[in-house]
Amino acid sequence: MKSLLATLALTTALTLPGLAMARPVTLTTTLNTYGGDGAYLALYVTDTSGAYVGSLWMAGGKSKYYEHLSDWYRATGGDTGQVNGITGASVGAGRTLEITLDLADALFDAGYTLHIDAAVEDMRDSPNEVAVPLTTEGAGTPVTGRRYIASFAYDM
Amino acid sequence: MIRALHRWPGLLALALVTVLALSGAALSVFPAVERIAAPQADAGLTVAVLADRIQMVYPGVEQIRRSPSGRITAYWFDQGTPGASVIDPASGAGVASADPNQTERWLTNLHRSLFLGDGGRIAMAVGAAAMLVLSLTGAALVVRRVGGWRNWFAPLRGPLAGRLHVEIARIAVIGLVLSSTTALWMTASTFDLLPDGGTIPAMPTEVSGVTGFAPGQMDTLQQTPVAEFRELSFPYPGDATDVFTLKTDRGTGHLDQGDGALLVWADLTEWERVSETIYMLHTGQGAATLGLVLGLMAIGVPAMGATGFLVWLAGRRGRPRIRGNQPAGRAETILLVGSEGGSTWGFAATLHAALTEAGQSVHVGPMLGFAAERYARAERIIVLAATYGDGAAPASAKGFLDRLSALERAPDMPLAVLGFGDRSFPAYCAFAKTVASAAQAKGWPELTPLDTIDRQSPQDFARWGRALGEALGISLELSHQPVLPITERLTLVSRRDYGAEVQAPTAILRFALPRATPWQRLTGAGFARFTAGDLIGILPEGGTVPRLYSLASGHRDGFIEIVVKKHAGGLCSGQLTALQPGDTVTTFLRRNPGFRPGRGRAPLILIGAGTGIGPLAGFIRGNGRRRPVHLFFGMRHEGSDFFYGEDFPAWQEEGRLTRLVIAVSRGPRPHYVQDALLGEASQVVDLIRNGARVMVCGGRDMAAGVADALAEILAPVGLTPAVLKAEGRYVEDVY
Repeated sequence: MKSLLATLALTTALTLPGLAMARPVTLTTTLNTYGGDGAYLALYVTDTSGAYVGSLWMAGGKSKYYEHLSDWYRATGGDTGQVNGITGASVGAGRTLEITLDLADALFDAGYTLHIDAAVEDMRDSPNEVAVPLTTEGAGTPVTGRRYIASFAYDM
Repeated sequence: MIRALHRWPGLLALALVTVLALSGAALSVFPAVERIAAPQADAGLTVAVLADRIQMVYPGVEQIRRSPSGRITAYWFDQGTPGASVIDPASGAGVASADPNQTERWLTNLHRSLFLGDGGRIAMAVGAAAMLVLSLTGAALVVRRVGGWRNWFAPLRGPLAGRLHVEIARIAVIGLVLSSTTALWMTASTFDLLPDGGTIPAMPTEVSGVTGFAPGQMDTLQQTPVAEFRELSFPYPGDATDVFTLKTDRGTGHLDQGDGALLVWADLTEWERVSETIYMLHTGQGAATLGLVLGLMAIGVPAMGATGFLVWLAGRRGRPRIRGNQPAGRAETILLVGSEGGSTWGFAATLHAALTEAGQSVHVGPMLGFAAERYARAERIIVLAATYGDGAAPASAKGFLDRLSALERAPDMPLAVLGFGDRSFPAYCAFAKTVASAAQAKGWPELTPLDTIDRQSPQDFARWGRALGEALGISLELSHQPVLPITERLTLVSRRDYGAEVQAPTAILRFALPRATPWQRLTGAGFARFTAGDLIGILPEGGTVPRLYSLASGHRDGFIEIVVKKHAGGLCSGQLTALQPGDTVTTFLRRNPGFRPGRGRAPLILIGAGTGIGPLAGFIRGNGRRRPVHLFFGMRHEGSDFFYGEDFPAWQEEGRLTRLVIAVSRGPRPHYVQDALLGEASQVVDLIRNGARVMVCGGRDMAAGVADALAEILAPVGLTPAVLKAEGRYVEDVY
């Protein structure tokens, strides 16, 4: 299937206080052919204690459906301000979403976890579809999601 | 104005609205199928029991949902593999795949966005808006046509396409208004234009911190019947801070996984309730029967599109270009046209050409453009006015009467009014009559008295033209050809002669049915399909104006038959009555849907005199179903012009004709058909009270006499011919 290349470069996606150094990171999410409409995906980061730190990307433009990304929705209270300016289209079955962001160095090897919540119309909600620790070592290693994501990897 | 608002959205959005309607109709089936296929929960079953049963079968259950159809779906993980199934609530076990139906998904995406994302959604919303505008303007036009809301389902007359259009519309319009309004609401909701977003209560800050309380034991779940249930999400295994989340018809709440306590609850907002109801009304999810009804109504849309297009095309074709139209300020004669469908414009064009030929300078314009002060050089004004529905002004005459009454005094140049209409309507030429009497009341001088043209009759028009010419002091020959029909040559096969002894030579002429082309057979064009009462136009040799005769046979009879009386000096009747078998004539078919016996078993009272017997005899011959038929037939002399006299005994024996009453006008005691009616008054009253339909065919004087006689007969029971006409139970074919 033809892959969708949504290559985006953002100067600062996730601003953490006191962190100045940042590097471009490419997040590649490929969906499996689950036989449904386009998936909504929320990419966000939690800290060591599991507390929400910030959002990296929201694939899906209609905020009325964000409640189906249930972990992200719980963590943010559905605050669309969290994804202001970092929102794109939903991702079709079998397609690939590729985003390039400048991520702060301090996010790596410090116990932070990247999560992806996924939801598809008339199909199951899949919060925490992917949960992968952010480490320099883990970069480039693809992981598989629980239901919709065939592979996810971050590359530096 | 309303017509334009109906026409243009209809033509422009035809394709879009058709896609919407057909995909919507197809989608309407799915909720009903789901409702039938899904195993339903017993009345009394609680969410606690249901959740328990499912958890027994699928220990890794994450979420349970119930759709408005009652279908229950469970989602679980089993050793890291996701699973989902439609659940039988009686056992908690899976019974069918939970994957979305691919056909339904495809249709849904076509229906809401043409597979084009947000742009497509907006396009379809425009389609829905067009549908709403069409429904509302269409309803206004129907009300105007039938003369008020009370007559919404009144029988219709007129050409087939227009009738079909309205027949479908007046049933489907309610569903289309509902579907299109709800569609617009749903689009607004999708684009976040409505404050109907979900209210999910915030996560509770304090939980018991314990896990493992079985959902089957939770009070809230035990109190929630499955009928109200929507969704239950289980906490993450191993996360003691997580909670159960329950959604019902009333709201959403979180439950502690350690003790089952209800931690927080939020009711649905009013906006959410309204939006959910609208969603149900539009999709039929939760109201499957309504969905099917709306789907059926939507199927009418393509048919209305096609018939509407034909109506528009016919109107356009009927409106000719007028060559050499003079500006209103310089013309000596002003022709004002009040036309609904466009056919009156054709007559205006003929009159314009003839007057121009006679050296006049003539301006033609719509009646709605009436402006007396602009007619600086005008010496006369001629109004050609059709009627819309129950006496209303036709489209191109809107506001004429208001402008006339607003004038301080009537213009000095004299006025002639010519009405166009159909005698089978109760409000025959009503608008023209209103115009004439308003002009008279205003003191507007008269050029010629009010005259009328029945069913676009070229003869009526030519006759009026001669009268107008006389008033103007010029010779005016108006030969109007309404629409150039496709003609066919018919060959005479036999003739029966009558009436020579009473100085009224008449012939029943029978022509061979021409072979229909496959296309004609398919479309019913030409002589492929016709019934008694339809009209045949005959183009006489050396004449330009066709003469119309009523058909005395239908295509099932296998021949074409007419009854023709020879008129002194009549070009067409002279040629026809001189025909010998093997001779041919040039003809075309004109439908006459207003003069048909209709379906049903109600008795028929047929009243005719002279050659007017033709279509009535055709109805009797075609009455194979033995509907009760009572014929009143007026003639001059039984021994001379008793048309079909040889056929009546056989028809009576076969049950095609119940009773024959004849009236003979030549003899010691002249007896007319209206006298025959009066003689049978009590039986006529009985028949009409039993729903009988009256059909009158013959000369104008005879029809007037019949109407008077019927008025007299019906007065004691509180009925009038006008009431019967309005009900479509009294129709005339008069010449």
